[in-house]
Amino acid sequence: MGRLSVNLCGIELDNPIIPASGTFGYGYEFAELYDINVLGSFSCKGTTLQPRFGNKTPRIAEAPSGMLNSVGLQNPGVDAVISEELPKLAECFRKPMIANVSGFSIEEYAAVCEKLGKEPQVGWLEVNISCPNVHGGGMSFGTDPEMAAAVTKAVKAVTNKPVIMKLSPNVTDITAVARACEDAGADGLSLINTLMAMRIDLRTRKPLLANVTGGLSGPAVFPVALRMVWQVTHAVSIPVIGMGGISCAEDVLEMMMAGAAAVEIGAANLTDPFVCPKIIAELPAVMDRYGINELRDLK
Amino acid sequence: MMKQQIFTIIENKPLTGSMYRLRLGGNTSAITAPGQFVNIKLDGKFLRRPISVCDRSGSMLTLIYKTVGSGTEQLSRMKKGEQLDLLTGLGNGYNLTPSGDRPLLIGGGAGVPPLFGLADELLSKGCKVTAILGFNTAEEIFYADEFRMLGAETYITTVDGSAGIKGFVTDAMKDLDYTYFYTCGPEPMLKAVYRAAKTDGQFSFEKRMGCGFGACMGCSCRTISGSKRICKEGPVLEKGEILWED
Repeated sequence: MGRLSVNLCGIELDNPIIPASGTFGYGYEFAELYDINVLGSFSCKGTTLQPRFGNKTPRIAEAPSGMLNSVGLQNPGVDAVISEELPKLAECFRKPMIANVSGFSIEEYAAVCEKLGKEPQVGWLEVNISCPNVHGGGMSFGTDPEMAAAVTKAVKAVTNKPVIMKLSPNVTDITAVARACEDAGADGLSLINTLMAMRIDLRTRKPLLANVTGGLSGPAVFPVALRMVWQVTHAVSIPVIGMGGISCAEDVLEMMMAGAAAVEIGAANLTDPFVCPKIIAELPAVMDRYGINELRDLK
Repeated sequence: MMKQQIFTIIENKPLTGSMYRLRLGGNTSAITAPGQFVNIKLDGKFLRRPISVCDRSGSMLTLIYKTVGSGTEQLSRMKKGEQLDLLTGLGNGYNLTPSGDRPLLIGGGAGVPPLFGLADELLSKGCKVTAILGFNTAEEIFYADEFRMLGAETYITTVDGSAGIKGFVTDAMKDLDYTYFYTCGPEPMLKAVYRAAKTDGQFSFEKRMGCGFGACMGCSCRTISGSKRICKEGPVLEKGEILWED
């Protein structure tokens, strides 16, 4: 085990750096830029039962120290992911991946998790009950503890792989949802998804995003994410993946000091496609600066 | 293959009230076709700014951009000698193969620049190139002389009739004979060209982007052959695959 290795729900990671869902596709396109086996793991594009084109464009807007997106879970559907995307990934990634799953009903979450859970490349299922950009699904499951628990139970019943519930920050008390997921059998939690936000175009006086609202991510949300990770890790005993605006090795250490077992890097991949390998390379020196021998010691 | 490169500003000067020419020195090896774009990191801005490549020769890259907001305005204030972080070699670019011997290039406003590098390459290939450059007024015209100096037969249209042919680019297309066309400009113009065109052709599209290299799905569009990312499978689409939204 190296200085950077961590454990996520019983699986060893060489390092805690995981590109976040929706910023890394199904991985293989980034493999053209660098060897993605340097990563701890990565979380694939949110996958649903049926193919989805997503929302109308514009889907992207600038924000101070961040960005808004309203992509709306564009993906080819779970069957095409299994038949077309995962084989391409297998050619360039040897480690277990995180399969990110979304749905519009409890049955859909279970159906997609059952299919992806059988894939040998999948190490964990990350169940997104927090997408702010779709109606009648996504975040509505993550803002009500009972609904979050129901999705957790349904997914746990169809797979033996570790189930990580991805939580929304758009709630009054994130620890209530976190505890409900833990009580329902979740093996881990990941947080935060994006914060609901909007921008208006001064010239047209209309919302910049076709979907009107979108999710805010990037460095602007880091302190909010850190606070929520701290609250959740003090409320539950299952491992937590911390994410939200992480863009450098120092942010990784701060997030792990808040209790995160590993971290996901999202928006930063979009402005610097090489940010993840850079952070991994920088971590040892930054750990030395703060007297950290092994990342595991931060827990 | 996309590359991340540092470029040094050689020139950054206004061509008209809102169009600027930015000349950069650096490694241009990732750029493989006219119509590709670069994505520029600006201090204090989170998202990069995608700008189409006008021309490149050796280690010099020419971009012509319009100031449309605080990012491009910030870019317009940068000086010779300052450095910029660019992602280069983005997008598919124009395919020269189907051009025939008499291709027509149709550009509107800020859509004119990528056609310049394309004209240069088509002329080198031995084509007889005709260009229609459309603007709103005479004050907005740029690069007409540059297209002529390259050797392209160049027509200017202005909406108010203050220079060239009065009207839209499609008014100039009517009487021309061509084997194929390439176009770039605002979407209403692209739609009009689509309806007016007598041959097959290629369209370059503009959309708000997150990453510019295919990761975020921010700039997707529907086509006959399924959804495509304007930044990755585009920005150039063939006439036969376009599905106009609404």
